Amino acid sequence: MEKIPIQVTVNGQSHQAEVEPRMLLVHFLREELGLTGTKIGCDTSQCGACVVMMNGATVKSCTCLAVQADGADIGTIEGLANGNDLHPIQEAFWDNHGLQCGYCTAGMIMTAVEMLERNPHPSADEVRAGLEGNICRCTGYQNIVKSILAAAEKIGG
Amino acid sequence: MTTRIFGSGIRRREDPRLMTGQAAFTDDIKLLGLLHAAILRSPHAHAKINSIDTSAARAAPGVLAVYTGADTDGVLNPIPCAWLPPDSDIKAVPHPALAVDTVRYVGDGVAVVVAESRYQAEDALELITVDYGVLPSVINPKAAMDPGAPQLHEDAPNNQAFHWVVAGGDADAAFETAAGDPQNHVVVSENIIQQRLIPHAVETRSAIANWQSAMGELTLWSTSQNPHIVRFLCSLVTGVGEHKIRVIATDVGGGFGSKIPMYGDEMVTAFCSMQLRRPVKWTETRSEAYLATTHGRDHVQHVEMAATKDGKITALRVVVHAGMGAYLSTAGPGVPTILHGLMYSGPYDIPNIKGDVYGTFTNTTPVDACRGAGRPEATFLLERMIELLASELDIDPVEMRRRNLIQPFEDGHDVATGVTYDSGNYQGTLDLAMQQLDYPALRQEQAELRSHGQYIGVGVTTYCEICGLGPSQVAGAVGFGGGLWESAIVRFYATGKVNVFIGTSPHGQGEETTFAQIVSDELGVPVEDIEVIHGDTDLTPMGWGTYGSRTTVVGGGAVALSARKIKDKGKALAAHLLEAAEEDIEYEDGKFFVRGSPDQNKTIQDIALMANVAWNMPEGMEPGLEATTFYDPPNFSYPFGAHVAVVSVDPDNGHIVLQRYIAADDCGPQINPVIVEGQVHGGVVHGAGQALWEGVVYDDNGQLLTGSLLDYAVPRAHMVPDMEILSTVTPSPHNPLGVKGIGETGTIASTVTIYNAVLDALKPLGVTKLEMPLTSERVWRAIQQAKGA
Amino acid sequence: MYAPEFEYHRAATVAEAIQLLSSNEDAKLIAGGHSLLPLLKLRLARPSVLVDIGRISELKGITISDGTVRIGALTTHWEIASSHDLEHACGIMAEAAGGIGDTQVRNRGTIGGNVVHADPASDWPTVLTALGAKFNIQGAGGSTRTVEPGDFFVGPLTTTMGEQEVLTSIEAPTLGHHQRAEYAKMAHPASGFAVVGAAVVVTVEGDVCTAARIAVGGLVPVPVRMTSVETALVGKALNQENIAEAASHASNDLQGEILGDFFASAEYRKAMAEVEIRHALFHATEVSHH
Repeated sequence: MEKIPIQVTVNGQSHQAEVEPRMLLVHFLREELGLTGTKIGCDTSQCGACVVMMNGATVKSCTCLAVQADGADIGTIEGLANGNDLHPIQEAFWDNHGLQCGYCTAGMIMTAVEMLERNPHPSADEVRAGLEGNICRCTGYQNIVKSILAAAEKIGG
Repeated sequence: MTTRIFGSGIRRREDPRLMTGQAAFTDDIKLLGLLHAAILRSPHAHAKINSIDTSAARAAPGVLAVYTGADTDGVLNPIPCAWLPPDSDIKAVPHPALAVDTVRYVGDGVAVVVAESRYQAEDALELITVDYGVLPSVINPKAAMDPGAPQLHEDAPNNQAFHWVVAGGDADAAFETAAGDPQNHVVVSENIIQQRLIPHAVETRSAIANWQSAMGELTLWSTSQNPHIVRFLCSLVTGVGEHKIRVIATDVGGGFGSKIPMYGDEMVTAFCSMQLRRPVKWTETRSEAYLATTHGRDHVQHVEMAATKDGKITALRVVVHAGMGAYLSTAGPGVPTILHGLMYSGPYDIPNIKGDVYGTFTNTTPVDACRGAGRPEATFLLERMIELLASELDIDPVEMRRRNLIQPFEDGHDVATGVTYDSGNYQGTLDLAMQQLDYPALRQEQAELRSHGQYIGVGVTTYCEICGLGPSQVAGAVGFGGGLWESAIVRFYATGKVNVFIGTSPHGQGEETTFAQIVSDELGVPVEDIEVIHGDTDLTPMGWGTYGSRTTVVGGGAVALSARKIKDKGKALAAHLLEAAEEDIEYEDGKFFVRGSPDQNKTIQDIALMANVAWNMPEGMEPGLEATTFYDPPNFSYPFGAHVAVVSVDPDNGHIVLQRYIAADDCGPQINPVIVEGQVHGGVVHGAGQALWEGVVYDDNGQLLTGSLLDYAVPRAHMVPDMEILSTVTPSPHNPLGVKGIGETGTIASTVTIYNAVLDALKPLGVTKLEMPLTSERVWRAIQQAKGA
Repeated sequence: MYAPEFEYHRAATVAEAIQLLSSNEDAKLIAGGHSLLPLLKLRLARPSVLVDIGRISELKGITISDGTVRIGALTTHWEIASSHDLEHACGIMAEAAGGIGDTQVRNRGTIGGNVVHADPASDWPTVLTALGAKFNIQGAGGSTRTVEPGDFFVGPLTTTMGEQEVLTSIEAPTLGHHQRAEYAKMAHPASGFAVVGAAVVVTVEGDVCTAARIAVGGLVPVPVRMTSVETALVGKALNQENIAEAASHASNDLQGEILGDFFASAEYRKAMAEVEIRHALFHATEVSHH
């Protein structure tokens, strides 16, 4: 099948590539760009391990074709920290034991970034509701919620 | 003195790589020339393979090879089962990596395509045509033994995989006594279904095999909880010498038991690499994982309990039919037997116990450990029967438990199943939990709400469990095909920095941190100077892996003992360097000093330097500062606790809300209490999943109906409350740190705690029994039926 | 998962999309992709050509004027859920949009894609049926037509849309001061989809219901209007007893096929329709549940 040229900016860096139309954005990020911090956990856009930022909103990169992302500005977990300075949400996950195996963590953190952009001072219930699209099997969510609330406090002052 | 690092909730050392996307999970790894495999799976639960045509697939773009069972048969040995309980007439039926002439469950591997890309491999998979002769199938573990049931294996008549018995005291006689004296005794019985679960680690399985033909060496990256066992079994299956196999379990995204087993798929991946002499990767899709990665639980139980009228339990009798799936998975048979039946006494004095466990073959995905593995099923039946007894005798359920708890003990207590608990204070955790709950107030609130037609319920569980597997001698005696010791190397470099090499393989439990804390605590080295290495069989000493809540107990014991050996050597070297007698050297906070003259000292870093350069060693002392320990614990560990759930039930629609959850656990001294809490959180929610949402559904033809996250309900954040976590500390006398496992207690206790809470809520409506998961419809229907009755 | 091969074209206008649909056999439109991509990945759908309409700006946006809400087919659930104007004009739409899927699904999934997919378990068809919405459809040669939900949804995953037609926008009436609307659903614990969903739009003068439009979905192949419930409600004071009485008529309106599965049987869902209608009416009219 004919490949299609695309241009995407990922974590501030522009990439040109030719991709098969059927290639998923998550496969493009992982296989073509080597950005493997974004994970795949399911087939049905339920688990949220693949969440990335696309043009300022989170998307499940397993449910988006790379060709649909042509021209887009993508943010992944690899681009979140500022050099060695962790993003406040990363820092909060670290401080509050918000991760165990770490497989869902990229998606959780990307979701949290948007959550706090849209609602800088969420309640615990709002955080839980906002995590509806992200599955974690290790933490029972308690410390993820705690991490996001702590980050909100840190960011919002 | 500063705060002791042992017992401090420091941030985890493994987190930075995991939070930034820099961790390397198996599927993240790419090798030059990497090929991609995809596996064709049986769409039928039971069928003869009449023929397979792979010609079109072979000709498809990018395809290098297509292999079927005909190709692997005789080259790969069958996948072994590694836990064969003795005296159980177990039938270790052959389990080929790819089906040869018969498929026995939906998902059984039939063929593999290797291509330049995974997309191409998937395309080619569709071009394989298989002519199946469909056979009748059986799904239910009890029905599998019915006369006339479809037979899975020639060598296993009546689909019986094994029959294992546990007995202590004389249960039959005790039940006879109870039956003969109804004035003073009561007997309750119940049929319980422990539904089949999907462990559901968020990372699916993945393997990369790289065969270096010139050296005859195989490197296998594998999402495993126990890479050394994989090496061992891989050697048996492939015939490659164990010394020529390197297994790497890099970062692993959760296992929950499902990454213990040796699977055919990984061995097929190795086969492909060996045939094609190129590295091959296979990564399971989630849809595939539902079918091909082991499931858990799947018991049909009949349970009887006898007690005196004043509420003292006299006997327990259990018959279990445990579904093993189509083949015996690596540890599968050990789960409903050793890890289940030996815990029939729980935290209670039960003088007479008998259990008959029948393992049966069914046309389903093989069953193995799933967080808790056997012990949730044991705790459930005990707590359910006690609840029934309490109801029958009109004794408060908490009081009922108190009357039967084993009294506190510090060094060993024998129970009727033949095991010896290490230490326990079951009343202690129960008191703590009940205090947190304010039980009388809750009962009052419940009564008030009921008068307004609103229903809340409370469930209280006391439990103890067996973990920290375990003494190797016992492992051998109970048919486990390996040892259960652990090893650790603590290695100091000249700069005073430390590597700890361990045989266990943590995958989320945080031992890169807790083991550094152990070493830091023992030797006064900052945790930042300690790096824990695990998961690579070429780098790490032999170990049996991370499962059964054994890593910190057994592996941590090995680490502590190695650190203590370092300390002993340090003391001798310090004495030599300080020109003092060894018995005059004292150690504190990383310093060796002459008693009474703390200024005359050598730090552990000084010692590390001097030992590594070896310029001035005492006569006969070897250079280097490194210690290895192979630690075989004298006993299992038996953590315990009391859990409480408060739920509300809406009788209109049957909807349950888990309102409150209290966990009071005792795992002995806690190395990192924040990590301990995290383990309890995850465990409790996993168990809540079984009570309320999770359950595998097959149709009558063995088609999996819960084959995606659209149908199989894993708990999400909004479905569970914040939990209240409490603890007491009762050290185990049986390991160097006094610690007990905590990775599974949450799951072991929470399922039945929530179940009993729901039944408590529904009591005034006349509902006495429900099947799990407690879906809204099941609850609603039970209420309707009770109304009608 | 790995989709089969297909060709990909991006349409800049609706006309171009229709032209691409006409000139390619077995072509399918893709917008947010949240209905189609999962099917593609499971290889349950095999279009030869995908026509991406995701960037056609004329299909996006919310306009409110003259008592009508007009929502472009490509407007995302999130845009609908977060629109303050819409919250005031037709709050039930914002509220229903906020309960669809999860954040990421709402960010990318579109109202048009959802409606055209016609999944019986999705929320929009039920809500739009209760609202008396209209679907604006463009066809070959620039022809347009407007269809009401009752003439649009035919069965599970089936609508009266032609293969060369594009849904361009959805219109719904704004709600007046005396109107209350609410959508209540019993969500599947795994998928979040509606096992049963009930949407109510009632007009209340004083405390008396003067008009009602009620629809249920999730348990039926296409949304069903609850005319018996509506009739029972109109002219009555909206108190707990009257709401419960009216809701009890739900089964009269559910005489056709009822969907059921191993999670929730048809019998249960039918009983729950009454419960969810009640919940929706209680919430809409702020009558205490207990």
